[in-house]
Amino acid sequence: MNSQPAGDRSERLDGLIARARALGQAWKPRLAVVADWMTTVDHKKIAILYFLSGMTFLLIAGMEGQLIRVQLAQSELRILDPNLYNQLFTMHGTTMVFFAGMPLIIAYFNFVVPLQIGARDVAFPRLNMFSWWLAVFGGLFLYASVPLGSMPDGGWFAYTPLTNREYSPGRGMDFYVLALLLAGVGTIAGGVNFVVTILNLRAPGMTFMRLPLFTWMALVVSILILLAFPPFTVGLLFLLFDRNFGTHFFDAAAGADPLLWQHLFWVFGHPEVYILVLPAFGIASEVIPTFSRKGLFGYPVVVFSGVLIAFLGFGVWAHHMFAVGMGPLANSVFAGATMLIAVPTGIKIFNWIATMWGGKLRFTTPMLWAIGLVSMFIIGGLSGVMHASPPTDLQQTDTYFIVAHFHYVLIGGLVFGLFAGLYYWFPKATGKMLSDKLGKWHFWLTLAAFNITFFPMHFSGLLGMPRRTFTYPSELGLDGFNLVSTIGAGLFTVAFVPLIVNLWKTLRNGEPAGANPWGAPTLEWSTGSPPPHYNFAVVPRVQRRDPLWHPWIRPEEEEAGDHEDAGPGGVEPRLQPEVAPEPVVMPSNSWWPMVMSIGMLIATVGGLGSLETTLVGAAITLVGLFGWAFEPAFRDGAGHL
Amino acid sequence: MSELAPVTGIRNRKLAMWTFIGSECMLFATLISTYMVYRGRNLIGPYPHELLNVPFITVTTFVLLMSSLCMVLALAAMQQGNRRQARFRLFLTAALGLVFLVGQFYEFNHFHHEGLGLSRNLFSSTFYILTGTHGAHVLGGVIWLSTLFLRLGSGPIDAERIETVEIAGLYWHFVDAVWIILFTLIYLLA
Repeated sequence: MNSQPAGDRSERLDGLIARARALGQAWKPRLAVVADWMTTVDHKKIAILYFLSGMTFLLIAGMEGQLIRVQLAQSELRILDPNLYNQLFTMHGTTMVFFAGMPLIIAYFNFVVPLQIGARDVAFPRLNMFSWWLAVFGGLFLYASVPLGSMPDGGWFAYTPLTNREYSPGRGMDFYVLALLLAGVGTIAGGVNFVVTILNLRAPGMTFMRLPLFTWMALVVSILILLAFPPFTVGLLFLLFDRNFGTHFFDAAAGADPLLWQHLFWVFGHPEVYILVLPAFGIASEVIPTFSRKGLFGYPVVVFSGVLIAFLGFGVWAHHMFAVGMGPLANSVFAGATMLIAVPTGIKIFNWIATMWGGKLRFTTPMLWAIGLVSMFIIGGLSGVMHASPPTDLQQTDTYFIVAHFHYVLIGGLVFGLFAGLYYWFPKATGKMLSDKLGKWHFWLTLAAFNITFFPMHFSGLLGMPRRTFTYPSELGLDGFNLVSTIGAGLFTVAFVPLIVNLWKTLRNGEPAGANPWGAPTLEWSTGSPPPHYNFAVVPRVQRRDPLWHPWIRPEEEEAGDHEDAGPGGVEPRLQPEVAPEPVVMPSNSWWPMVMSIGMLIATVGGLGSLETTLVGAAITLVGLFGWAFEPAFRDGAGHL
Repeated sequence: MSELAPVTGIRNRKLAMWTFIGSECMLFATLISTYMVYRGRNLIGPYPHELLNVPFITVTTFVLLMSSLCMVLALAAMQQGNRRQARFRLFLTAALGLVFLVGQFYEFNHFHHEGLGLSRNLFSSTFYILTGTHGAHVLGGVIWLSTLFLRLGSGPIDAERIETVEIAGLYWHFVDAVWIILFTLIYLLA
């Protein structure tokens, strides 16, 4: 074999090189597509990236939930080892909140907000991509603990002293702390980005009282992110130092307050609930008016109740801690504030019902999900008011009643809202209509599966089923309720099948959507589906709330002055030309957000115990930062957003 | 496409800095609250009053305040288009920031020799993390200001560049203002 003549060999080598070249040529366009997606700064593409990464983590965390249900199907099962059970519920909660829930709502912010305010992108397109990379790297870093066999096991709430080095000696909680610190930086950057976008990039005439409800909630949530994440970041920093450098923030033996972590965690953790659920409320406030063919009832009241929920949300965190013995005064104050939140929430629900009242209702798939949200959230809200009362909470805390409550809020509220938004905006994002029939299968199956899974938990919880415990004795008589919950959880997985079939079929050959398939009133429906790269060929001018439903104010009316001034420039939203009349310069793609994120990821890996790695990561981060700062945002010519 | 005027009248970059500073307030508020809650709860020494050298820190505080003054003057020079003055004052701002950091390094080192390692007690934990986080902010500011100083060697002094210096100034003044609070709560109230 090795004795071939040299000429023959070089011929074969040439052949190989030629084949490699041809392969390279064939792959070049595909690599270019991959490179484009890795460096994109287009808010619509970043939205898709956020959606895909969020959905992936949602499915992973969903599977972890399924394993928990399998273990709990009957009393005294030993399918999962208790240790693994602790790891699974920790990973389930952490993933759902930080790597599924947050990225999914930010996916919707990204796609919808610039379109709804008549902007061509967000204020800081590269910062936007940076946030996505950190969200993904945070999730990947957390899951790197799986092959290493040291998943975090101290709960998503990570209470000290359980999570101190002494009681959690493995690497697991370090993965938790470092992953959330890394992702948290990206989340705060996203908060800054959306606050500036919504405040500064609104089209002429888009005043605050004309702002669509979803964008309003995106603004409120971005502010919540900016105020709630720093205390959590500090808590994580303390925990990192306590675990690795021997500080004493959570060491009661050194005189520390045993409740410090709980306060820092929940002063973030409770606003986090509103960070997740207010966007879903925003989606309901878009979908319900569209399919009732009627403006949102009491628009200003809905806006202000959203703001009020966010404001009050900062004063209720200790209702998660009624059982720790804060004393009657603190308990009463936090109980009162918590009950108060039911008022603005109730107002929203009444406004949605009043919007539907007397409207021309169309029960399309998005509308069904929105109505599902309203009804399921009522159940979650009512059980929430129950344990707002400390004596009641003492009975319910750490039982499955609480598990039932927050799943009604987070699935019935957030996930139903996300699906309403998916069916509503999918035609806008892709230009194709999802099948209504399959969508309804998806809805009804999910509604049934969700209730079969979580409704019995109210009963098993009140009968004493403990949370965070890998099994329960048969004498408790809870086998029946638990079996029903487990069957429901299995059905929940089945309920995803129509969605996946629907997405697959529609993306291959779905009906074309057209600019405004639902006859919806807001600006995103005035441009193409999918929207052109620059969103709006001409900057729209807004004269009224729900601009696509109202006639353009005529010049003579304008002179009479019986309306708010829309400001100069722009066109009637409904008259978007097909092609931009003058060239639009959009920001250029950039590698630097990725470089900087990789540097930060490496620095985070070093946090597991290698100072050298951290320094290398910091150096790469600095290179990325300078590369980014010195790179002009627009490289194909001068221009601004 | 021509640039649309920002709706608030404050350009994006500056508004972003204000927003970020809002978020940073929560960061420092949490750190400061923890320090205050843990004040006087040490079970073992050394205790703050045995270590804190108020006259020395008064001097470094004065240095940091003077750097804020230089920052204001640097911006003024930028607005007048005086490149030489602007560069000199930016350099001075960064240099004074560096002097503050050297002072902090000296202080940490001294405390360490007096037996206050990071893991010694509650005071060491809260003190080092709080002032250390602030120091990291100062370091970031020094790097930023040095970059501005070096980059200002060439190129026009246009509105964009003036605004960049103004935004760096916002950050720098914020970091200084936080130090005033820390100086009062940690050193003067000890």
